[in-house]
Amino acid sequence: MSIEYLGLSEINGPLIVLEGVRNASFDEIVEITIEGNKKKIGRIVELYEDKAVIQVFQGTEDMSLYNTHTKLLGHPMEISLSPDILGRIFNGVGQPIDGLGTIIPEIRRNINGQPLNPCTREYPRNYIKTGISAIDCLTTLIRGQKLPIFSGNGLPHDQLAAQIVKQASLGENSEGEFAIVFAAMGIKHDVADFFKRTFEESGASSHVVMFLNLANDPVVERLITPKVALTAAEYLAFDKGMHILVILTDMTSYAEAMREVSSSRGEIPSRKGYPGYLYSELAAIYERAGIVRGCPGSVTQIPILTMPNDDITHPIPDLTGYITEGQIVLDRSLYQKAIYPPINILPSLSRLMKDGIGKGYTREDHQDLANQLFSSYARAGEARALASVIGEDELSDIDKKYLRFGAALEEEFISQGLHEDRSITETLDLGWQLLKILPREELDRIDTKILDKYYPKNESADEQR
Amino acid sequence: MNSTAYIYGINGPIVYVKGNHNFKNGEMVLVGKDRLVGEVIGLVTGKTTIQVYEDTGGLKPGDEVISTGAAISVTLAPGIIGNIFDGIERPLNEIAKQSGAFISKGVSVDPLDVSKMWDVHITVKPGDKVYGGTIIAEVPETRSVIHKSMVPPNLSGTVIKVAADGKYTIKDTIVTIIDDNGNEIELTLAQRWPIRVPRPTAKRYPSDRPLITGQRIIDTLFPISKGGTAAIPGGFGTGKTMTQHQLAKWCDADIIIYIGCGERGNEMTEVLEDFSKLLDPRTGQPLLDRTTLIANTSNMPVAAREASIYTGITLAEYYRDMGYHVAVMADSTSRWAEALRELSGRLEEMPAEEGFPAYLASRLSAFYERAGFMQNLNWTEGSVSIIGAVSPQGGDFSEPVTQNTKRFVRCFWALDKSLAYARHFPAINWLTSYSEYVADLAPWYTKNVGENFIEYRKRLLSILSQESQLNEIVKLIGSDVLPDDQKLVLEIARVIRLGFVQQNAYHPSDTYVPLAKQLKMMEIILYLYKKSKQLIDRNMPMSLLREYPIFDRIISIKYDVANDELHKFDEYKAMIDEFYEDIMKKNA
Repeated sequence: MSIEYLGLSEINGPLIVLEGVRNASFDEIVEITIEGNKKKIGRIVELYEDKAVIQVFQGTEDMSLYNTHTKLLGHPMEISLSPDILGRIFNGVGQPIDGLGTIIPEIRRNINGQPLNPCTREYPRNYIKTGISAIDCLTTLIRGQKLPIFSGNGLPHDQLAAQIVKQASLGENSEGEFAIVFAAMGIKHDVADFFKRTFEESGASSHVVMFLNLANDPVVERLITPKVALTAAEYLAFDKGMHILVILTDMTSYAEAMREVSSSRGEIPSRKGYPGYLYSELAAIYERAGIVRGCPGSVTQIPILTMPNDDITHPIPDLTGYITEGQIVLDRSLYQKAIYPPINILPSLSRLMKDGIGKGYTREDHQDLANQLFSSYARAGEARALASVIGEDELSDIDKKYLRFGAALEEEFISQGLHEDRSITETLDLGWQLLKILPREELDRIDTKILDKYYPKNESADEQR
Repeated sequence: MNSTAYIYGINGPIVYVKGNHNFKNGEMVLVGKDRLVGEVIGLVTGKTTIQVYEDTGGLKPGDEVISTGAAISVTLAPGIIGNIFDGIERPLNEIAKQSGAFISKGVSVDPLDVSKMWDVHITVKPGDKVYGGTIIAEVPETRSVIHKSMVPPNLSGTVIKVAADGKYTIKDTIVTIIDDNGNEIELTLAQRWPIRVPRPTAKRYPSDRPLITGQRIIDTLFPISKGGTAAIPGGFGTGKTMTQHQLAKWCDADIIIYIGCGERGNEMTEVLEDFSKLLDPRTGQPLLDRTTLIANTSNMPVAAREASIYTGITLAEYYRDMGYHVAVMADSTSRWAEALRELSGRLEEMPAEEGFPAYLASRLSAFYERAGFMQNLNWTEGSVSIIGAVSPQGGDFSEPVTQNTKRFVRCFWALDKSLAYARHFPAINWLTSYSEYVADLAPWYTKNVGENFIEYRKRLLSILSQESQLNEIVKLIGSDVLPDDQKLVLEIARVIRLGFVQQNAYHPSDTYVPLAKQLKMMEIILYLYKKSKQLIDRNMPMSLLREYPIFDRIISIKYDVANDELHKFDEYKAMIDEFYEDIMKKNA
């Protein structure tokens, strides 16, 4: 028997205030019934004695101060989980929207999760082959990593994410069960359709759990979507021993929603109006990736965020970069040169790659080759800047070679087809082919032994003057 | 004495209690039925504000708050080294045993193992006068650290009873003293100390001994002293954590306290794994035997993140009091500042710059001033050095945390995005970094490393700064039109950058380089410069000099000459002479 409270004392944007409540606890979920038929859920975000401030997930339209019944559910936000969630589609708060009925729960779990103890984590070391050269060779994705894609509006981040999902999940060397958890926050219908179609085409849709909060769905719901999705991911990974790839798109909408709610709560803003706890909230999401020692499953995250005005120093990409283990940065000028995927390799980084590549994982020359490609491409950028001032003709011979190297790297190495799936050997060999453009003395990041083994000697001799 | 009050309001990690109930400011309290740990941070008539170090979900108005009578404190006793704690000194291994892979709230564990029997050797005898800091017992804590238990700083008296040498837990009485007022006080291996109060010392020494790190750009160009303070600011991906790991691995401190404050969980796991495998070059024991980790990852509660810095520094001071040199790695102080901001926002305080509270600067200075080379109360000498990473918003060094930190540290190792993009590590920018310790340390270097060390260092820096000026010109007109002597400067600067400043953390002989080799490397580079300059002065063109592979040979000295093969430098010198003679002979 639970008490229902009649009416409200305040409605302010997504927040409502209820007075006279008894025995409410912080972070508890409430159910609000409007005019006896419509149900919504909300979460208690502040409590003062008998006054509760409640954040309503599905919008406060058609609520008045008198037409509601509010019921405390006595527990924090939970979702029902069972292996049957695979292949299903849910809304942003975890209710099924595909018309296939409710989930019969094997277990119900608090969506806020708990921090993973660093002592029980296993350091991620197994690389995931994506078949994309720029990622496999230069920003290698590791199982259990969180590697976001920093993109801009209009850039092909969705295609890239879809390609990663297609080529990584169905890679023949993936032992154990693989599944995808897809969480959409405020994305367009077309984009959601695109992902649905891609999953179907690749035959993966029975291994996908989708949580959709679309652009016209309630804003506050977005705050809960990634947590719901990650709870499902952790369940599948750590209870069921599956390898889970989580796609979170678009984290920018998530942060915007947080700003909206924060300002209607009258909180003191920090940077660009975002609340001071933006970092903690983002961390609570991103840190839910990893591997638990002694447990076969893993959670790998690929969050996607669109940098407002392509600005990497904007608080959202900035704070994200400080939490995640690297980033893949898409670049508008490469995109305009018709290079797909337009990955700007210089600011892109994978922090975990150093331990997941090389002998025994990919190939012994991998790290040195990657370092050399980065450093030579950086030098190519300098040569380009110089050429734009003094003209290409005036460049020294060596700078001209760097120019050629830069262009070749973009057109042959970074650029590849939407369905092109390169093996790691192909990718590495391609890298060596490109280094041939440069004279051997310039390759200062590679150990002499490796250089002797992989740098083709005779052919390069006639190429140098 | 333990008063009880009831919760009135809850807002995130902040809890309000109606009335004051004799709470003291800074007191530790237990909140709710799960007994969550909290701290009193504000008292006004009729209202007490408490910050809670754990997730407050599920708390209710009306839940009780119990006072403990003591300020938030840490337990200091054997068992700290080699352990990993959260921000309020709860051992994560024990938490894992109780609550599994995930950390649940309200876990109650002892900070240190109370059942473990330690091998205790008592160092005082009945009748001895003891003061705060007097060492009363020695315990081999790990294979490389002897733990010295001391009389707590605020006590003194005469020993009346001691236990025999043998095995004791940290709760057993080992020494009994009688103080001036005739009270008998039983001392154990353990003592408690409030984290926000610096432990007292006798006096502060000048910073005239370097903390040797084996990293060339630090030891040679921007050295830090024992008891010094340094900041490593850098945007994401510039290698702050890498640099801190390198320092934690190789610096010549006796004890390392590594504070992971609001950083990644996987990184802490990496430190744990690496440090238990890597061997300390000086003792031959695993690095973990001299290291303590404080891990408050970014998804753990924010209030504990704020406390983790103080917990770490208090542990460091305790080991300093035993006469050890301690290095504190704080990664990252920005996360700590942001925790301050987050809590300040919840308290609805008036924000200063960028939403940070106005007391940011004073908190930062109070933290960094706890570093120093000290004479301890027991006449031993010890030091606490602090190396703090700073993660500036948007990589912009003009933001408040970087700027305020700059005021209180004397070493500034600025990490540079463009160096990191070109995978030049450590990405410390030699033009914007500085160390104020150079003058203090010069006599030490002159005496212990070589008379020319400081002179060579100056010349290296001057060549690098000439290079940056020449690069301004090169950017406009290209390098072909420069006169030959300037081309030579560019070439030598390249040798310095690639062969000296850049250091490969993954290469066995390059990851740590002793000072003697650093000196030799500088010497050989400057010798090459001298000889080449003589050639240029005799009108030999730079293009001719470049045909010889000598420049690249010198660059790869860092890989080709192992740390114990310093005699090989003579061969390189001969090689340079040969190069000089050869050009002179063929073109004279």
